[in-house]
Order: sequence, then C-alpha cells, then structure tokens
Amino acid sequence: MRIGLARRATVLLGIGALLAVPALAACGSSSDSGSNDSNKKITLTVNLFGDFGYKKLYEQYQQAHPNITIKENVTDYNTHHQNLQAHLLAGAGTADIEAIEIGQIAGYSNQSSKFVNYLDYGVKTSQWVDSKWQMAASPDKKSLFGLGTDMGGLALCYRSDMFAAAGLPTAPADVDKLINSWDDYFSVGQQFIAKYPDKKVKWYDAASNVFNAILFQAKNGVYDDNQKIAITSNPAVKAAWDQTVASVKAGESAGVAAFTTQWNQGFANGQWATVTCPAWMLGEIKTQGPNFTGKWNVATIPGSHGGNWGGSYLTIPKQGKNIQAAVDLAKYLTAPEQEKYLFTTFGNFPSDQQLWTDPSVSGFTDAYFQNAPVGKIFSDSAINLKPQPTGPHAGEIGNAIGNGLVSIEQGKATADQAWAKVLADVQNLAG
Amino acid sequence: MAVLAEKASRGRRHSPDPADRERRERGRWHRLDMKLSPYMYIAPFFIIFGIFGLFPLLYTAYVSLTGWRADTDGSQHDFVGLANYSRLLHDQFFWNALRNTVAIGLLSTVPQLLMALLLAHFLNYRIRGRTLFRMGVLLPNVASVAAVTLIFVQLFGRDYGLINWLLTTMGLDRLDWQAGTWSSWIAISIIVTWRWTGYNSLIYLAGMQAIPFELYESAALDGAGRWRQFRTITVPMLRPTILFTVIVSTIGALQLFGEPLLFNVSQTPTSGGSQHQFQTMAIYTYDQFWSKFKYGYGAAISWAMFLVIVIIVLINLFLARRMRGIEAS
Repeated sequence: MRIGLARRATVLLGIGALLAVPALAACGSSSDSGSNDSNKKITLTVNLFGDFGYKKLYEQYQQAHPNITIKENVTDYNTHHQNLQAHLLAGAGTADIEAIEIGQIAGYSNQSSKFVNYLDYGVKTSQWVDSKWQMAASPDKKSLFGLGTDMGGLALCYRSDMFAAAGLPTAPADVDKLINSWDDYFSVGQQFIAKYPDKKVKWYDAASNVFNAILFQAKNGVYDDNQKIAITSNPAVKAAWDQTVASVKAGESAGVAAFTTQWNQGFANGQWATVTCPAWMLGEIKTQGPNFTGKWNVATIPGSHGGNWGGSYLTIPKQGKNIQAAVDLAKYLTAPEQEKYLFTTFGNFPSDQQLWTDPSVSGFTDAYFQNAPVGKIFSDSAINLKPQPTGPHAGEIGNAIGNGLVSIEQGKATADQAWAKVLADVQNLAG
Repeated sequence: MAVLAEKASRGRRHSPDPADRERRERGRWHRLDMKLSPYMYIAPFFIIFGIFGLFPLLYTAYVSLTGWRADTDGSQHDFVGLANYSRLLHDQFFWNALRNTVAIGLLSTVPQLLMALLLAHFLNYRIRGRTLFRMGVLLPNVASVAAVTLIFVQLFGRDYGLINWLLTTMGLDRLDWQAGTWSSWIAISIIVTWRWTGYNSLIYLAGMQAIPFELYESAALDGAGRWRQFRTITVPMLRPTILFTVIVSTIGALQLFGEPLLFNVSQTPTSGGSQHQFQTMAIYTYDQFWSKFKYGYGAAISWAMFLVIVIIVLINLFLARRMRGIEAS
C-alpha cells in the first residue's frame, strides 16, 4: 500500500510530535523527591548578601560529610532580597538556604508558610532572646522560619590617632567617660572639628547611621506597638531627626553613604574620626588593610549604651530539594560553637544569648583594635538592648529617612523640605 | 498533461486509477504548500513574540487593574479597576519621573544627534586612516552599560573624581554631581552621549554616502561654500535617516534605566538620587515593583510609560512630516 506524499508527511509529523512530548516532559521533570539516603551526593546552595565568614565552616562541614558539597552565592543586599521575593512568588529559583537580614525579615512573616518550620526539626526558641526569634516567626508565633545568625550590637569605633592629634583622650575607658550622652557626642565632635589640623576630616561618615543609632535606643521607632507607622506620632523620631540635622548643619558629617565605593575610599583616606560600629563593621574595617592596625579603637556607644544594627537569619524555602540536609547545615552554621568561632575570627557577634555570658566571648579582645575589650562591649550592648517593635516596611522607611538626611548633607534641601519629602516617600511606600 | 485534461473533461468524478489519485493529492499538497508556507516561515517569530511579547503586555494590563501587593497574600485577586491610573495622575513622584525622563532625554538626544551629524560629515572626507576612525567611533557602544556607568561614576566622584579635580585646577568649585538636579541630568546625558554618538554617526555616514556627488559639484560650481552645501544638500537628503535616528533615540531615551540606576551612589539605587532628582520612569516602575512590592501600581506605571512613548513618537512623526525636504524617490 503506497501512502501518498501528503499522508506520509502527516504521519512523520505526528510521530515526531509524539516523540517530542515525553522528551520535553523529561526535560521539565523534577528530580526524585528528597530521599533519606544519607550517602547520596548532594550540592547545597547558600545565598547570602555579604561575607558571613563561613568559608572555613564549609570546609569543616564538607570534611565531616563527604557526600555534601556547599556552594555559596553572594549578591548585594538589595538584589539578594529582591531576587528572593521574586523566586518565592514564582515558586522556583531559591537556593537551599537563604539569608534574610533583620531589616527585611518582617516582610516575610506573612509568607512564613513558604519556609520550613524549624520547630519541627528540634530547634528551641530559647536559643535567642524573644526580640530576635519572634521577628522570624509566623504572626501566631507557632512557626519559626529563620535561625538567628549574628546580631550587630552597637559600639563606637574611633581613630585614636586622630583623637590624640585633636587633644582628646584615646583609651576606651576615657572615651566612655568623655562621650556619655548623645549631646556629649555632638559637642565633642565640635571640639574635634575645631582642633584637628586637616579640615577635610569630619566627625562621622553619614547622618543616617547616627540617626539610626539614636532612634534605636528609644522605646519605639518608626512603628508603634501595633505595627502601625508612627513616624509622625512618635516624638522620638522627630527628636532624633532634629538632633542629627543640627549636627549636619554644624559640619560634622562627611556625607558619604555606607557600603558604597566612596565609603570604602573614605575609610582608606581617613575621612572621619568616628563611626557607629556594629560588630560586623569590625570585619569591614579590618578589610581596609594592615596599614590601619593600631589606629582604630572601640568604645561604648553613647546614650543608653545599648543598640543593635543589623543581624541576619538563615531560612530554608520549602521549594528546595534537599530539606533535611539544608536544615542540618543551617543548624550547624548557627550553633553556639560555630558562632563563637565566627566572633573570634571574623567579628560577627553571636545572637545566641547563652554566649553573651560565656567568658571566651565576653572576655575577647581584638589585637587589630589595640586590644579593645570588644567581647565585653558587644555583650553589654546586647544585654542592654531594649527591643523595639517593628513592622514590614521598617527597612524602606529607614531608607526614606536616610535619603532625606542625605539631601540635607548635600545641601540641596532645608530640614523642613527634606522632612516633607520623607513623609511623602513613606506615604508612597505604604499606600 | 493531455491525459489529465481528458480525465478532467469527463467530469469531477475521482477515477479509480491509483497513479491519478496520487497526482491529485500531490497537487492538493502543492496548493496547500503555496498557501501555508509563507505563514509557517514567519510563524516562529510570531509564536515567540506572542509568548514573550504580547502575553506579558496583556497580562501587565490585567495586573494594572488589580491592587496586587506582593507582601500581602491574596491581594492579586483584588480588582480595583482604574484606581491605579487615577492615583498615578495625582502622584507627584510619577510626574517628577516624567519630568526627569523628558529632560534627560532632550539633553542626551539633541546634542548627541547634532554631534553625530557633524562627525559623520567629517568621516565622509577622504582622510588618512578613515576606516580606522569609522570603526573607532563604534567602540564606546560595544562596552557594557554597567561597566561604562560605573567608571563614569568614579570620574564624577565628589571627593576623588577626575572631573572635579579638573574643575579645581581651573579654579572652580567641586561639584556634587549626584546631588544637584541639573548636574545629575548633565552627567547622565554625558554618559549616554558618549555611548551612542558613534553609532548614530555611522548611520548618518551610510546615508551620506548615498547622496550623488554631482549635487555637490554643481553647488560648488554655483559658488556655494562648504557650510551652505551641508545645510542645503546633505541635511535635506538625509531626512529619512534623521527621522529614523530621532525616533529610535527618543524611544531609547524614554526607557533610560541602566545609567540612572548605577549613577546613584547610595544604599537605595532605585531612588534616583536623594530627592529623586534623576529618577526616570523606568526606574520608578522598577522601584514600585521590586522595592515597594506594589505590583498592581507598578503595572499601571508601565502602561502609562508605554502611552507616553506612543504620544511622543507620534508628535515626532507629525513634526517630521511638516519638515521641508527633498523627496528621495
């Protein structure tokens, strides 16, 4: 039976289509769902927004678990969180472990069902203080989706050589006595600016950092106790604003935004004498290089001597393929032993509260910073920390206020104009 | 053929002869081929466009009619009609973004095209190594937007930038390029101009080389100088080319995104400056989508941007029609 040309073509096309379908299906099929075979070769991906100092820990973990390879992926803060949000919505594309910073975590609380609940894997919330773990929990607090890694704490880092040149005391204990309240901080700043020979050197790097340090010590920040934006109703916000703006007008700010290349250049060129210093900033300062060993020192932060800037959590999106292995790795990275190691080598202060009274942590001194008692300073700042209620847009609101302060530093707006812009930005954000 | 014709004249009844049937099927297949093949050839493009171009367009329009916020579960089904668009009309940040986009667009397009025209005119001469020059002007276009912008940001740096250093050697004050409105517009326009001038000049050059030399000869005989020749012969003959470059440049300028995003030296790159002084519409859209998670509102801004581009291109066309010019053919 001879098949006509047309019929032959149609048949061939049909066979081709039939063959293509399973081939395409095979392309798109997911790998077999998490088997508990502990000898299967697994690659775990970890997405971070900065260097957490985990390299040595990965090596140790991979030696103990030969079947596991760990791949770390670092993008900048904004890109990392935007990608995470996009991939969560898309249902695919997240890594096995995703880090979320404390300024962003509140926005994920309503999406906690998309993450693994650590309470199902034997994690106890007593590992952290309430204010730390509750931020990474579901609204009803029945599910914990983030393991606290480090916390910033807050101290004051200063250039002791510049202090000496301006006739100010240089030992941390003396600096603590000299700079006790925020008013002291700003008035000593005036003295410094007047007496220090190089007029290009300012007192601090950016007004927004000082503003955040002041506001965080108040009972409430930009949110009230009911997760409502309190930027106009909370007098502490405007008070911190006014105080910071006055110091900018007095010329104390170098006006350089943190984490930009200009900021790194500013450190290298010695553009400011003090900087509000969370624990992870110690690591940042250290990367400036050995030329600055013995120039920086650490004192207590003025005001209520407590504070916290930053800190992160490790989360595991449920869409991952290697949940059990990822949970094990995350628990390892945030275990007290590892956090102690990170503090003594890398500078990130642990959020595990049992470590704050551990002598090897609280007694730790750092040779780079002229043997400053950094362990004691940060432990005290963590213990003195009064938690502040926060809300989903805390990070963005902080950015809006930061931009307002920058516009004043740039001399492009009066204080009132900048404040009006801040309010408009917050309205745009929330509405 | 004669056999077929005889068979056909006996009526349209199908003959039982298998060879005949095959010939008829082949004819049918051939006719089908002639009719369908053109569509099949262009189908791949349109299928891909349909999936990746048309569908997102329509889906965005749909999303712009909802009140979808990514951080609020379930809000994607919140139908709000045209509320997003009416909010847009009263949004000071949108109008600010529009103003910035148009201003940067004008600053980066008009001088750039004029310089490209002049550059093309000089490249048209028989100078030594002209091929090298013609290839050279395209080099800025080859580098990536991100790399170029980052380097220019260093050059425009407030405290340690090369350009501020030049200003101080000339006795002027340092400028904070990101801080001011006009300074940021000019800086971004410089980055864009640096990138696209060579590209547009090559397009003009191609157009110029199609102008017959006799026109210039006769004009020279009549005593027209170089500048007169340029004005009355070159430019009018280039009208279609100029129109093309103006429209393409306008569309590109209205969508400006990479340069303003990376020009911002701050922790909030999508803010377009501390007072949104160089936040273009594309950046505002991106900001609403990814920083503020307002998907519904962001989609509405995208469509508004599309409408703005269509309006401006139509204005361009209208003005160009009214320009006097020599009809090319």
